[in-house]
Amino acid sequence: MNSAIQFNNVHYAIDNQPILKNITGSFYEGEVTTLVGPSGAGKTTLLKLCNGLLSPNTGEIHINGKNIDDYDPVELRRYVGMALQSAPMIAGTVYKNLALPLDLQGQQLSKNQAADLLQDVGLGEEFLHRNSRELSGGQRQKVSIARTLVNRPEILLLDEITSSLDQVSQKEIEELIVKINRKFGVTIIWITHNLQQAITVGTYTWVMMAGEIIEEGKSDLLKSPKNEQVRQFVKGELE
Amino acid sequence: MSPIALIFSLIFVLIPIVLSKTFNLGLEKDTAIAVVRSIIQLFVVGYVLKFVFDSESIIYIFLMVGVMIVAATLNARKKGAAIKGITWKIAVTLIFVEVLTQSILLGFNITPHTAQYIIPISGMMVGNGMVLAILFLNRFIAETEARQDQTELILSLGGTPKQAIHTQLITSIKASMIPTIESQKTIGLVQLPGMMSGQIIAGASPVQAVQFQLLVLFLLLTAASVTCVMLGFLSYRTMFNQRMQLVWGR
Ligand SMILES: Nc1ncnc2c1ncn2[C@@H]1O[C@H](COP(=O)(O)OP(=O)(O)OP(=O)(O)O)[C@@H](O)[C@H]1O
Ligand SMILES: [Mg+2]
Repeated sequence: MNSAIQFNNVHYAIDNQPILKNITGSFYEGEVTTLVGPSGAGKTTLLKLCNGLLSPNTGEIHINGKNIDDYDPVELRRYVGMALQSAPMIAGTVYKNLALPLDLQGQQLSKNQAADLLQDVGLGEEFLHRNSRELSGGQRQKVSIARTLVNRPEILLLDEITSSLDQVSQKEIEELIVKINRKFGVTIIWITHNLQQAITVGTYTWVMMAGEIIEEGKSDLLKSPKNEQVRQFVKGELE
Repeated sequence: MSPIALIFSLIFVLIPIVLSKTFNLGLEKDTAIAVVRSIIQLFVVGYVLKFVFDSESIIYIFLMVGVMIVAATLNARKKGAAIKGITWKIAVTLIFVEVLTQSILLGFNITPHTAQYIIPISGMMVGNGMVLAILFLNRFIAETEARQDQTELILSLGGTPKQAIHTQLITSIKASMIPTIESQKTIGLVQLPGMMSGQIIAGASPVQAVQFQLLVLFLLLTAASVTCVMLGFLSYRTMFNQRMQLVWGR
């Protein structure tokens, strides 16, 4: 299997405070890998390394076999799309937010394209002219996902994109992401606090704790973890 | 004003000190320091100005303006200590504002080519530039911190650092210029501008004082806008590194 993203002995620290330690591993091309672990484990930090929002202190990251430092940052970030945990919106309408990725390149998004994107994430066309400030947390997450898809990334980084969604919306988004994965062969790395979701949508799973990968493999590993710490974590999350 | 009158004017210093003592405001010491400093500083400046005006030498004009710019830069840079190279950025901005305004004033013969005009106007331009620089830096740093995830959003969608910080930059430039513009809207209705009052008291005709005041107001608009825009574009870059990552606050 080809690695879409490969980590080689990656360390990342802020002010000499280690955040990620000795990360080595691969995210496989065309697969969905889920990333789980307690709050503060370093999951978000790991994703930000994948699209060059951050750079490792030591170690190497390769994207499709090429060192991440050899990519032009703008190209890299369009190729490796990311939906941020806080689903931030820019001031203005939902349409303005959806058009942002193209706007940054001096291009336009048609109203029809925008409406189609909204439909994909389960929002009606009437949302186009809503002010982004009036959206609920869940609606914001949906707009944020749609916006990330505008650049048609080959690798998709998703940071807790369904945390504020109800069960039905959550299923819809899961189906959408799985569809994008199957149809376009997009590689997906998906952080989630929902272990059930980690198992259903993921083929592979990484369990992170305190900046390290504690266990990784087929997503089923969460059903019967080998590591005692992971067992405790899974027990706590599932009860 | 006679020296005796000046001594009587110290009554106006006693009033705040007595009030401070009576109500335990704890401001006696600061008030006294402020008074002593202003007496010394202004008299020194007065004698220096007299010397410069009398000498009619261009070197002294350059020297005085230079001192103003250095003092203003050192004062303003404290607010932007977090921005790399802020000292020279402020200095370059203030020098540019000074050179721009004086070139136009002198080039179009708007004001006479004498120290008597050049120095006070330079003082106003540099002083105002300093205040605007402080206002702008305060606001820009606050905006950048408050909207860090918007910056991250735009970067992660493939935007450039300039695009990622654009809103914060524009908001800060606007916000720091508003006081200058707003105060000009009501000028003369509530309070006569200090310089105009001074000229009238010194015996100039009110109409002449108004003309000169208008010139100063227009100059202040230029000083404010040029300072904020230039300092903004000089400083946003240092918040990012070569890899287009936000290094601010990390
Ligand atoms: N800019 C920063 N400055 C200082 N510490 C930081 C910074 N960003 C992250 N950290 C620290 O790094 C660690 C990992 O943070 P990260 O956001 O990657 O965790 P996470 O696994 O995504 O957690 P969560 O599930 O709560 O989102 C935390 O201890 C956090 O406090
Ligand atoms: Mg996180």
